Amino acid sequence: MQPEMLIKLVVLLPLIGAAINGLGGLFVPALRNKEGLIGMIGTIMVLLPFLITVYLFIGFQGDAIISNAFTWMAAGDLTIGFDYRIDELSLLMTMIVTGVGSLIHLYSAGYMHGDDGYWRFFAYLNLFIFAMLNLVLGNNLVVLFLGWEGVGLCSYLLIGFWYKDRNNSKAASKAFIMNRIGDFAFLLAMFIIFREIGSLDFDAVLTDGLTMSQGSITATVLLLFIGATGKSAQIPLFTWLPDAMAGPTPVSALIHAATMVTSGLYLLARLSPLVLMAPGVMTVIAIVGAVTALVAATIAITQNDIKKVLAYSTVSQLGYMFLATGVGAFYVAIFHVMTHAFFKGCLFLGSGSVIHGMHEVEHELEHDGHGHHLDPQDMRTMGGLKKFMPATRMTFLISTLAIAGIPGLAGFFSKDEILFKAFEAGTHGIDVGLVVWVVGLITAFLTAVYMTRAYVLTFEGEPRWPHADKITPHESPWTMTVPLWVLAGMSVVGGYLGIPAVIAHGDLNWIHHWLAGEQGPVAEAAFEGHVALAVEWGLIALGSLIAIMGVWLGWRWYSKRGLSFDEKLAARFGGLYKLWQGKYFFDEAYDKTIVRPLIGGSIHGLAPFDKYVIDGLVNFTGFFTRGASFTLRYLQTGLVQSYAVAIVFGVVLLIWLMLF
Amino acid sequence: MNIPYLTSIVIFLPLAGALLTMLSRSESAIKWSALGVTSLTFLVSIGLWMGFDPAISTSMAPQLADMTGSWFPDMFDIKYYVGVDGLNLLLIMLTTLLGPIVVLSSWTYIGKSHKPYYTLLLILQTGVTGVFASYDIFLFYIFFELTLIPMYFIIGIWGGENRIYAAVKFVLYTLVGSLLMLVALIYLGYAAGDAINAGVFTTDWFKLVAFQMPVDMQSWLFLLFALAFAIKVPLFPLHTWLPDAHVQAPTGGSVILAGVLLKMGTYGLVRFCLPFFPNAAQEYAMMFAVLAVIGIIYGALVSRAQSDAKKLVAYSSVSHLGFVVLGIFAFTAEAMQGAMIQMINHGISTGALFLIVGMLYERRHTREMSDFGGLAKSVPVLTFFMILSVLASAGLPGLNGFVGEFLILIGSFKSTVLDSLFLVALATTGVILAAVYLLYMVFQMFWGPLDKEENATMKDLNARELVLLLPLAALMVIMGFFPAPFLAKSEPAVQDLLQKIETKRVAAALEAAESDEMTQWTPDAESVGVIEEIVANTDSK
Repeated sequence: MQPEMLIKLVVLLPLIGAAINGLGGLFVPALRNKEGLIGMIGTIMVLLPFLITVYLFIGFQGDAIISNAFTWMAAGDLTIGFDYRIDELSLLMTMIVTGVGSLIHLYSAGYMHGDDGYWRFFAYLNLFIFAMLNLVLGNNLVVLFLGWEGVGLCSYLLIGFWYKDRNNSKAASKAFIMNRIGDFAFLLAMFIIFREIGSLDFDAVLTDGLTMSQGSITATVLLLFIGATGKSAQIPLFTWLPDAMAGPTPVSALIHAATMVTSGLYLLARLSPLVLMAPGVMTVIAIVGAVTALVAATIAITQNDIKKVLAYSTVSQLGYMFLATGVGAFYVAIFHVMTHAFFKGCLFLGSGSVIHGMHEVEHELEHDGHGHHLDPQDMRTMGGLKKFMPATRMTFLISTLAIAGIPGLAGFFSKDEILFKAFEAGTHGIDVGLVVWVVGLITAFLTAVYMTRAYVLTFEGEPRWPHADKITPHESPWTMTVPLWVLAGMSVVGGYLGIPAVIAHGDLNWIHHWLAGEQGPVAEAAFEGHVALAVEWGLIALGSLIAIMGVWLGWRWYSKRGLSFDEKLAARFGGLYKLWQGKYFFDEAYDKTIVRPLIGGSIHGLAPFDKYVIDGLVNFTGFFTRGASFTLRYLQTGLVQSYAVAIVFGVVLLIWLMLF
Repeated sequence: MNIPYLTSIVIFLPLAGALLTMLSRSESAIKWSALGVTSLTFLVSIGLWMGFDPAISTSMAPQLADMTGSWFPDMFDIKYYVGVDGLNLLLIMLTTLLGPIVVLSSWTYIGKSHKPYYTLLLILQTGVTGVFASYDIFLFYIFFELTLIPMYFIIGIWGGENRIYAAVKFVLYTLVGSLLMLVALIYLGYAAGDAINAGVFTTDWFKLVAFQMPVDMQSWLFLLFALAFAIKVPLFPLHTWLPDAHVQAPTGGSVILAGVLLKMGTYGLVRFCLPFFPNAAQEYAMMFAVLAVIGIIYGALVSRAQSDAKKLVAYSSVSHLGFVVLGIFAFTAEAMQGAMIQMINHGISTGALFLIVGMLYERRHTREMSDFGGLAKSVPVLTFFMILSVLASAGLPGLNGFVGEFLILIGSFKSTVLDSLFLVALATTGVILAAVYLLYMVFQMFWGPLDKEENATMKDLNARELVLLLPLAALMVIMGFFPAPFLAKSEPAVQDLLQKIETKRVAAALEAAESDEMTQWTPDAESVGVIEEIVANTDSK
């Protein structure tokens, strides 16, 4: 089959899966508990697209292939086609989405066992993959936007998956609305582009779009970036992501770590030639990325909920990627998107496995009538799990070391490349480069510390849940551990796709060639001259040292003193620690300055205004007219006529007013 | 396939059906005959869709037209003249589609006086279809008023507690507007008659469009027409009759009201106000756009403040129709097309929302959102349709609402008549706000614990209700992914209308300049160029 046909199949299969499981479960209740069937359909509908994409990837010749499905909408000068684009960037993203996606589907088949929303879960998950594929494969901004909002919807449905708890639904609404604020900016960016060049196809945007006025380019890129801060959880629109952990853990791994939250980076990479023409905005992007990375990392240190640690870690790593984008290293951002998908996916799934085990403990405690309430996500009641969950522990450890940036593992390569690019920009006249480079280094250290803390508190030491001598958790089933091992493996080897130029003289940096080579779709900032080789080696050594030091210190502090070291930190940093623990009080500030005034103003201001002022005027007019007709009622019989007379009077009066 | 008098059959079949229901004895005979007639009307109206060829309508000639001679030869050029073109086809189809749905939605909801209810419903449908199909503006006016009476009784007899107040308010408000329009209409008929119809008063739409009205006369006639339509839309601040009418009306009444009655206002603006008075329409475009945008935001915020689900949906109409009015006054093909399709979209998604709220009311006899909660557990199928309708209403891409909103906003953004990016950006915040109030409703009613006995034992949709919602749900998806065939039906007509408006506007402006200041004003080189270009464009088309 032609690639044009195959790519349609790639997009369509997950939709078919969603329809079968969703509509089937909805209308045929008997199908709802057929877990094996549901899980199989759901997984296959993502696995097949992955295999097709690999096939396309192998056969890819280097020229972008456009697959026109049909005209979506046409009005006036606007024509939007349902067109998909196969090129280096979309193939890579599609492989990440469907590859990590099928692993997580497989994992979910075990993780969601026994949930009465099993069918719903797989339907949503398939629908998400469908939307995500539209996002990365669409050949114009509107199809991308369809995917963009579609993943937002699935995120909403999955965060609020366990809707019985109002907190989950609240988190879901918050995520959707914050995303919509970003989408609002995205829409405006599209309006500007269409107004200027009359098209929203990527080919036009990246040719005619570059000839727009500087003001329009700056505004467009800034608005697109604001859109990206919503979807990719950056300051100021990041507070929804930690709350999004209310959803089932596979969702956190797939949507809120590996794929959806990286959409913003994809968008900027896709439009990289345009972004490069707005240097002012790029400075903003670099700063926002760096600040977000640091802020989220400091929060992560203080969290006790294992998923919250990972959530803030994700926000922080996304900040890293924006930092790279801001210094013009778009392909490095995508590189980090990929390695992050491996190790963060693995970490989240690992935490899910842990939670799965702790649920068992919680269940048995309740069953035995011990009367203890246990939060299965709280690391303070974990500890010593390595004895009971060896596979989970080993894969968690590998991905912890990978994210920390230990040399040789995936995170090392991509993170090192980001820091190098920032340094390179900084020494070549982009002043902000050096600043964000320093912030990046500090964040790298913090990352190593908080991830080691999470690992140690969870797996090392002695168990801290009640009756740990009698009640113990068990390792998760193979459907869950297989994806863990695969992702852990990728966290080890995934980095070799981007070996730094200095080590292999540039020849082996596959990802750079692939994405940003001569024909590649991703542009990059070009600088005169090179950083000296010795300096480059020095930077690698510095990065490695910081990572190793972070892990070593984290290990020493937390394996010796355990939880009490947190108290020491709190005492040492005082108010600053409170600020971190309080998540910099973003939520409280938004609530006070925006949410409450808006909602309260509507309820206590506008609604009464509508009722008493606007409608009051209407009723007053009616009352007045009725009063006038009261005298005339002697001449008339019945109500309707008196109204008619009043109306005629009113008409005459109004005409008179209008004419004279 | 050529059925003679097809348009007239679609208009008057429900009226004939009204006779049938009046003659029916038993309750079920009444219901089934009403359902049969409206279903038949819908099937017949598919012939309109098949028979209409948008390619021919570039000259705005009506297709499938029926015309009688003048009713008063030599005195008044008033006649029965109906037909289908790109502007009204989809609205007529929407009306005939909602017909059987409304009948079926009243099946158990209406508990008393079945015969007059269904009779009035059928008369109402004839009125609405006639409004959309008329090419004689006097005929239009008759149909326009004809819709008032049945609606008055439907609210006033089968409505809620405060029904009389709501019904009277509805009628009075509309009547004030339409009487003003009548005055303007009569004036317009004489003026056009004197100028181009050998002194014979005329209300023929084509003659009125061809009539070049002097610029200085346009303003007040435009305002009188526009006021009548703005009340109907309703445009802020003329909207307060709407929530009252909606909350009091029975479900079927609300569906018709939101689905098609409001569209008589926006349709009137497109069909009459713009082509009759192009100069005035552009002069006041900014005012209407500002009111529309206020409506978008204000409607959304007040919607969020409601505790009654039906009232929330009612206020959402104020917000949604603000988009339509904005699109109309942008004077670009994209925005106008968006407005055309958005009228249909709103009818479908808001119609569905009212149906679902009605179904919940039938089950619980309350519409207070706080009385519900956790319904996703007890009534999953109903929840599915609710969430689909909410998403369509909130403009999620892939569902119908997005297409209209997107075209309206992107078209308004490039509008040279409005030329206010800020205003359109403000309008775009409606996208955020829609998510705020609609998700709040879902949050309150469908998520959360199932903590009330009445909610836990609630029955999910029955077959009849499923039949009601399925076609609407299907349309939400179809028109979301495949809006192109729908847009294609109106595209040539919209292009032609905008062209006509522009030609007429320029000509009138030239004429005004010549007659007023023939000696003082000489067009500078630039404006001569602009005018010549426009004239050349017009000729070439």
